[in-house]
Amino acid sequence: MEITLTLNGKKIMDQIEPDLTLFDFLRDHNCYSVKCGCETTNCGLCTVFFDDTPVLSCSMLAARAAGHRITTLEGLQDEAKEFIGFIADQGADQCGFCNPGFVMNTIALLRENPDPTDDEIRQFLSGNLCRCSGYEGQLRGIRAFLESRRGK
Amino acid sequence: MEQKNYKAINKSVRKKDAMQLLLGKPVYTEDIAPKDALVVKLLRSSHANAIVNTIDTKVAKLVPGVVDVFTWEDVPNERYTTAGQTYPEASPYDRLIIDRHVRCVGDVVAIVAAESEKAANKALKTIKVNYEVLEPVLDFRTAKDNSILVHPEDNWVAPCEVGGTNKRNLVASENSEYGDVDKVLADCDIVLDRTYHTKAYNQAMMETFRTYTSYDRYGRLHVISSTQIVFHVRRILAHALGIPKNMIRVEKPRIGGGFGAKQTAVSEVYPAFVTMKTGRPAMLVFTREEAQIAGSPRHEMDVRVKLGANKDGKIRVLDLYTLSNSGAYGEHGPTTVGLSGHKSIPMYTGSLEAHRFNYDVVYTNTMAAGAYRGYGATQGIFALETTVNELAEMLNMDPTVIREKNMLKEGMLMPAYYNEIASACALDKCLAHCKEMFEWDKRYPVRDMGNGKVRAAGLGMAMQGSCISNLDVGSATVKLNDDGSYNLVIGAADMGTGCDTILAQMVAECMDCTVDDVTVFGADTDASPYDSGSYASSTTYITGKAVEKACEELKKKMSEVAAGLLDCSSDEIVFEGKTLRKINSGESVTVAEVGVKSQLNNDIITQASASHSSPVSPPPYMVGMVEIELDKMTGEVKVIDFMSVVDCGIPINPALARIQAEGGIVQGIGHTLFENITYNEMGRPVESSLMQYRIPTRLDMGNLKVEFEHSFEPTGPFGAKSIGEIVINTPAPAIAHAIYRATGVWHREIPITPEQIVMGKPDN
Repeated sequence: MEITLTLNGKKIMDQIEPDLTLFDFLRDHNCYSVKCGCETTNCGLCTVFFDDTPVLSCSMLAARAAGHRITTLEGLQDEAKEFIGFIADQGADQCGFCNPGFVMNTIALLRENPDPTDDEIRQFLSGNLCRCSGYEGQLRGIRAFLESRRGK
Repeated sequence: MEQKNYKAINKSVRKKDAMQLLLGKPVYTEDIAPKDALVVKLLRSSHANAIVNTIDTKVAKLVPGVVDVFTWEDVPNERYTTAGQTYPEASPYDRLIIDRHVRCVGDVVAIVAAESEKAANKALKTIKVNYEVLEPVLDFRTAKDNSILVHPEDNWVAPCEVGGTNKRNLVASENSEYGDVDKVLADCDIVLDRTYHTKAYNQAMMETFRTYTSYDRYGRLHVISSTQIVFHVRRILAHALGIPKNMIRVEKPRIGGGFGAKQTAVSEVYPAFVTMKTGRPAMLVFTREEAQIAGSPRHEMDVRVKLGANKDGKIRVLDLYTLSNSGAYGEHGPTTVGLSGHKSIPMYTGSLEAHRFNYDVVYTNTMAAGAYRGYGATQGIFALETTVNELAEMLNMDPTVIREKNMLKEGMLMPAYYNEIASACALDKCLAHCKEMFEWDKRYPVRDMGNGKVRAAGLGMAMQGSCISNLDVGSATVKLNDDGSYNLVIGAADMGTGCDTILAQMVAECMDCTVDDVTVFGADTDASPYDSGSYASSTTYITGKAVEKACEELKKKMSEVAAGLLDCSSDEIVFEGKTLRKINSGESVTVAEVGVKSQLNNDIITQASASHSSPVSPPPYMVGMVEIELDKMTGEVKVIDFMSVVDCGIPINPALARIQAEGGIVQGIGHTLFENITYNEMGRPVESSLMQYRIPTRLDMGNLKVEFEHSFEPTGPFGAKSIGEIVINTPAPAIAHAIYRATGVWHREIPITPEQIVMGKPDN
């Protein structure tokens, strides 16, 4: 089948199999930031924006994206750069494999709630698994970013 | 403690790859493999013990897009091990690439190579296998001398004498004793005899096992793999495939976590075999289900502790027996078990008169175990620390006080630790520091919250090693460039831990430059100097020392070049970081000028390599304390605070050391409260996804607080020891202790689930 959608701001058209997942579609289109960690919607690594809502691309058909805007971390580099240095300062990037999904969902959090509490951060990101960092460093990084922004 | 003013050491520098990783750049195996690689899929056994009578692949080969299908008839009949370890290989040669006799659910029965994943999956479904199903050995307590043999074959080989034989389902066994254990036990006021059971756990690194293979421009097998051990993988592949080592090149890109799982060549051999057979690039990516049921998890163990003590709390004798379940194959079986005794008993060196440590490691028809952060120490420490907590509670003694009476202190000779001397040990300071930070005296008494919930506290101590002494080899090459910057080339594998950065900090300290002046490359068997790889907590301690040595050597070479430029002898040259100066003169040349000279009419190479091994493995130490809130109605345990103090010597990068500790603690919390690998009655693993195998989320861990007590390890680079593994060892004993405090029941098996707590049933 043929679909048209906007991927990272660019309108694209493609012939796809009806059972193709959005995840496979995105990697086929060189969006390598999108990672698969579990195939069962438990890990959050494949988080992308469907219009402006974070979704798990491993469990969505590419066909559903027809006529919509899909955004991956490739399309949000500048918005990510605003805060990821603070995560890096904590060393909380670690192996990095969960980072794109975590960064995407943090962008979603900060758009929705520009000044979240620690508990709101934990709650919002609870679907983003990380096996390396123990999460505290990610939290410290986000908090340091919020504090620096407040100080400006 | 020796405290120096360092420029680059003991600084929280950002990881060199941090921004690439956080921006989602394509740096992992699957991101860089060409898209036209053949997709490799594995047909796996659904039986725990069976012989393949017939296997029909005719239809599978006809599926459009399928390039070939391979079965046991196609592979070499030479047994090998996938364990990534230094010579002499301790693990038995007990695997074939595909074995007609499958020994666990998930064992490989056929390899499919296809143009697309869809075609490969379709082919898998059309392969017809007729099995002769045999009765499996599933309970590791009945495996030794069982009439059913997991490895009855005649070509089973033990390359090392480790006390194993396939004719008894025995991977390894050993007995050792110091002093007269029975005599001291008979003389003790109290003898506790307890058995603790720890389950297998999956590392559950976010990136599953994966490997890409192709032929390079010289017709050699080029392997790009998510591995901690490029050189061991080369050896393992050469052995398994029957080709010379110099026909194989192994490199690793960035790795999405390892925790020991990737210290075994779990995925490499299959695509390599496909490339050899078809001549085409091939790629294998394990699904999460495959990683869960056919990975390389922790060894399940029963640890029996006999502890003899006096009424005053003096621990006089320890007698440990460990039974370890290696599963269907012996990877890391002979070695992990040793740590259950060697890295628990020495913590009580202060008062011990005698100790004994015996073990058996057995085969069963379950998933083969491997290396997992902690590597046996985790299991032994849960057992011993819980026994000590049981003793304290029985004597009505504060468990911190009983430890103060018995613990290892700096300068002591450790008979239970290869007679090494505790040259740097701040364990006592860690305990005092943690006690104060946690407010132990206030939180230790159990508090009923009045709403059906109880708050209680518990603690555990831990140790680990910093390498495998007299075995591991770390190496580094440092070279000068013509702009005055340096390249550091290593064979150790940064799996997210940050060793690329930590080792660059050491170069910066030695060469008096910035960390940004140092570019790091690793790891590639063609380009890197030999390194055992990143495991056994060794990279900072072993490879770090090699970096230090290489830098010293490089300075000498640079001085020689500078001497030529300044017309003097090289011992008149003083290395001053940015410049090299002729002594007692103002004449100097810059490092960049030396670099330029090295590329112009020159016969002194401005590059140096060094290797390092250590005769000792200095233990890091740690104390962890937890406060939990336990719901008496539901049995739910919530971790409120987990506080710990670590002595890893001088931390090279305190931010990264802290993250190691936090990450390890959270894994340990998962193992203690909910992670589990169980099998149904047919031997099929139940937890085949992250939905069933639940790893901790941000909501499961409470508040973490990690602080450090510094000791200075004289044999380590800049006083450093290790931190990667020890950090997983304290949650289990601390949480089990707190649950006892809240409920009055000792749970001697982990995980301790709400069901077990509500039923109030101890496990032994």
